[in-house]
Amino acid sequence: MLITCPYCGPRDVIEFTYQGDGNRERPQPASQNLDAWNAYVYDRLNPAGDHNEIWQHSGGCRAHLRVVRNTITHEILSTAFARGGHKSADNRAEGRS
Amino acid sequence: MSPRRTEIGGRIDRLRTIRFTFDGAPYTGHAGDTLASALLANGVTLFGRSFKYHRPRGLLAAGVEEPNALVTVLRGEVREPNIAATMVEIYDGLVAVSQNRTPSLAWDISAINQLGGKILSAGFYYKTFMGPVIGPLKGTRFWMFCEHFIRRAAGLGKAGTAPDPARYERMNAFCDVLIVGSGPAGLMAAKAAADQGARVILADLEANFGGSANWSGETIDGMPAADWALRTVGQLEGNDNVRLLPRTTVWGYYDGNTLAALERVTDHKEVAAKGEPRQRYWAIRAGTVVLATGSFERPLVFPGNDRPGVMLAHAAERYVNEYGVLPGQRIALFTNNDSAYRSAVAFKKAGAAVVAIVDVRSDVSNEMRRLASEAEAELLAAHAVIATEGGKGLTGLKVQRFDAMSGALSGDERSIHADSLLMSGGWSPTIHLASQAGAKAEWDPARQAFLPPKPTQRWPNQQWVGAGAFTGGFSTAEAIAEGRAVGLQAAGGAVSSAPLPVVEVAPGDPDPAPVFEIKAKGKSFVDFQHDVTAEDVRLAHREGFVSVEHLKRYTTLGMATDQGKNSNVPGLAIMAEALGKPIPEVGTTRFRPPYTAVSIGSLAAERFGDLKPERLTPMHDWHLANGARMYSAGLWYRPMIYGLAGETVEQAYVREAKATRESAGIVDVSTLGKIAVQGPDAAELLDRVYTNMFSTLAVGKARYGLMLREDGLAFDDGTTWRLGDQEFLMTTTTANAGKVMQHLEYFLDVIWPELKVTVTSVTDEWAGAAIGGPNARAILASCVTGTAVDNATLPFMGIVHGRIAGIPVMICRLSFSGEMAFEVYSGAGYGTHVWEALIEAGKPFGLVTYGLEALGTMRIEKGHVTGAEIDGRTTARDLHLDWMLSKKKPFIGSAMMDREGLIGSDRLELVGVIALDNRALNGGGHIVEELDEANPHGSLGHITACCYSPALGKYIALALVKGGKARHGTRAFVSDPLRNRFGPIEIVSNHFYDPDGSRMHG
Repeated sequence: MLITCPYCGPRDVIEFTYQGDGNRERPQPASQNLDAWNAYVYDRLNPAGDHNEIWQHSGGCRAHLRVVRNTITHEILSTAFARGGHKSADNRAEGRS
Repeated sequence: MSPRRTEIGGRIDRLRTIRFTFDGAPYTGHAGDTLASALLANGVTLFGRSFKYHRPRGLLAAGVEEPNALVTVLRGEVREPNIAATMVEIYDGLVAVSQNRTPSLAWDISAINQLGGKILSAGFYYKTFMGPVIGPLKGTRFWMFCEHFIRRAAGLGKAGTAPDPARYERMNAFCDVLIVGSGPAGLMAAKAAADQGARVILADLEANFGGSANWSGETIDGMPAADWALRTVGQLEGNDNVRLLPRTTVWGYYDGNTLAALERVTDHKEVAAKGEPRQRYWAIRAGTVVLATGSFERPLVFPGNDRPGVMLAHAAERYVNEYGVLPGQRIALFTNNDSAYRSAVAFKKAGAAVVAIVDVRSDVSNEMRRLASEAEAELLAAHAVIATEGGKGLTGLKVQRFDAMSGALSGDERSIHADSLLMSGGWSPTIHLASQAGAKAEWDPARQAFLPPKPTQRWPNQQWVGAGAFTGGFSTAEAIAEGRAVGLQAAGGAVSSAPLPVVEVAPGDPDPAPVFEIKAKGKSFVDFQHDVTAEDVRLAHREGFVSVEHLKRYTTLGMATDQGKNSNVPGLAIMAEALGKPIPEVGTTRFRPPYTAVSIGSLAAERFGDLKPERLTPMHDWHLANGARMYSAGLWYRPMIYGLAGETVEQAYVREAKATRESAGIVDVSTLGKIAVQGPDAAELLDRVYTNMFSTLAVGKARYGLMLREDGLAFDDGTTWRLGDQEFLMTTTTANAGKVMQHLEYFLDVIWPELKVTVTSVTDEWAGAAIGGPNARAILASCVTGTAVDNATLPFMGIVHGRIAGIPVMICRLSFSGEMAFEVYSGAGYGTHVWEALIEAGKPFGLVTYGLEALGTMRIEKGHVTGAEIDGRTTARDLHLDWMLSKKKPFIGSAMMDREGLIGSDRLELVGVIALDNRALNGGGHIVEELDEANPHGSLGHITACCYSPALGKYIALALVKGGKARHGTRAFVSDPLRNRFGPIEIVSNHFYDPDGSRMHG
């Protein structure tokens, strides 16, 4: 599997660390809404198809990427810096602002 | 002259004689022979004994799909079992032996298993050995009794136990076009792609490129096909953009067009050239893959089809045309398709008598009838072979009239005298790699074969194209045309209208009759290697194992080392008939890597032994030179003890800890994780990740901090030093350094990108020494320049900068041992220099070096926690660290840490334990209220760390126990059945020693 890091270009998956479901929304730090925290900490999507994920280029530039991956075909549909909260699948890779 | 070698012909070098042995007997062959062809030339018909029934078996095939002729090759002490004799190239001094026979291949006592055939049918093991004990002859216990004998009787080759001295290599390769298979299709694709300038890799598992061109006897461009192949390879050879990999099996097709291949570099050589590995593992990343893997001829399923002398028709043709070996003098053919007729002519030309062509079809074309008469063979249309005769070699066969539509046999049996029966049951494209890549095979009713699907957009990462017999185009003309077309396509070239190499038009229809099995009396084998018969498949159906996946596992059809290369389609066809369903509805199993067996050595390559990198502290060599016994802590190596002559480990750490508490001791703490946290928002970040406040910390001071995970459980602890207004040095535990770094990076990058902070791992930049004990300050005072170290200048948790032996150092007064202690940090390159200066300064005070055991002992005495207690299940409250939970700010984990389950009264809490029987305790031992050695139960918790405490003169431990503080001062028991350690204990506070900290505050 190749993941295209916006900094480093296409790299083998062994250079990356999976950092979880990219659909999680962290509640405001002071929030006491336990349901929201519970959803953030424990609820994960498990789609058979396109999935929003966070990967870290841990064996490279260490940037966190928002990756849309098809869990059936392992196709990487898009990659973008996670910084700035880009979420949609068709976001083009952008430079770090 | 060998009995079976033809006078002329073949691609072998008849001028070079090669000597080898098989089962101890000497044989000769020629350069270019395989072990199979050389033995066949010597008249050997018996190559192995079958898996279950120990039936005599000969050669079925000539290539990689051979199921019967498995041998063990011996090289020095090393034995490599289960290699197909068809894939072993002979060399001078080759030693090969047969398998699964006692005492010899010809006289195998286990052949008596054939008489018990009904008992040893599918599911024998499940039926006989599963379940409860019912009488002496059933059940799992019976299996345990029988296992030894069965394992000896049923099985293939035995692996050796000697270490493998061979060297293996790993290579990465990148190319635009990878072509798998070098028959006419693969060669044309390679040539076309290479001519476009693409970077091309051509891999073939055989020694010689050319595939079927090497034995088809066809003419391409006016020359023998084999010469055309040689010429084409010659045209490819010189090109910089082409890499040719013969003897290279592409065995795995993975995501993103990554393919795994095994190159057998020196297995065919008597002596390897200098520097050559035995085998080479290739990881190939290809832009496009051209699958030109050809097809396998299928056996027909009929009684006695496994007798030595029964062979696939085109395997025999290959032995004749490529190796100059005739499998027999009186040859009979049995076919359901036209392809066998041309083989008959080839046998006739090579000097054999073709006594009969038995064809299941009634409507044999005139073209085929002409070929039959050219071979001077009697054509028995609408007939089938119903039995074979002979012992360890074929002597004859029986035929009967056969109706291909109904499968019915009729009329009188007729015997035919023959020493070789060659069968052709149609062709199955070698779709394994496409299947691995996710393609679902499609049944083609005309070809009677599973064909690869047309590549679709559904698998955009798997960009392969197919050519030749792989796609079901079984003629050489199709292979050549398709090969060039896909080669151009893969290389991005335009469609070419240039003339193609001219091939004579092969006569005949590529479609076989849909006949897979002749149902007559006797064992008809589907899977030769695993001894699965047609009856076994039907038995599986009767017993309800009707899904192909269940069929496979219940009968073990296709699960042998050949992975069903011959048996897959016939097995499915028989199951489909039993179910009364068409084959496509039964489906096919998915092929998985590897395509053929892969040596573990090649997968490991140079990565063997201890695979972990070693992390050494700057003072590592000093420790070794000064008697340290090292052990590994994660990737690090750290001193365990600095033992004196004759000391036990316990004596050593007790001495070290005692001396530290009495005077002073020094320990290497360079392994602690160190992270530079810098930037305007550095303090803000620390407030968010630590449970306690850091923004209030004064510059030049350190503070102990605790981190939680998002779920509210404890994560890591350590001290963080404020070096400047916007600059902190965070320390983490040795084990969690990487995790904490990733944790910080994640939050900074994903959650809080607005924070202006950078985090940098500086673990390896600093050398650290912790010096502690009543004399520690005096020792420092005697060697530190540029700063005072007295209580006013360097209070508890204070930081000063100075020099030791001329080297800048940073000193923080903090304590893990509970003594007056200091951590001295210097640049890693000066670590040993500073360490030695400290040792020298400590000599007048009796300073000792201590290792992790003494470090652990002193921390247990103090009741400090480490990873043994912060184990991913404990909370801050469990560890009595709730005083560190700030109520003034949210922090990571603050929202989740007070959930119901995390604040219950039954949680395991940190306590101290003292052994009342003065015996050592063990980590993992359970704490119970009542001792029951026979039936241990009722655990209240467990011991996390233990030692002999020189300060208390007792064996003590830390433990996580239900009730925690409420049990202080009560008695309980340790129950450790694993190590048979039971005994009374007292539960006390985890702060065993100097609980008010008077020693470290001085």
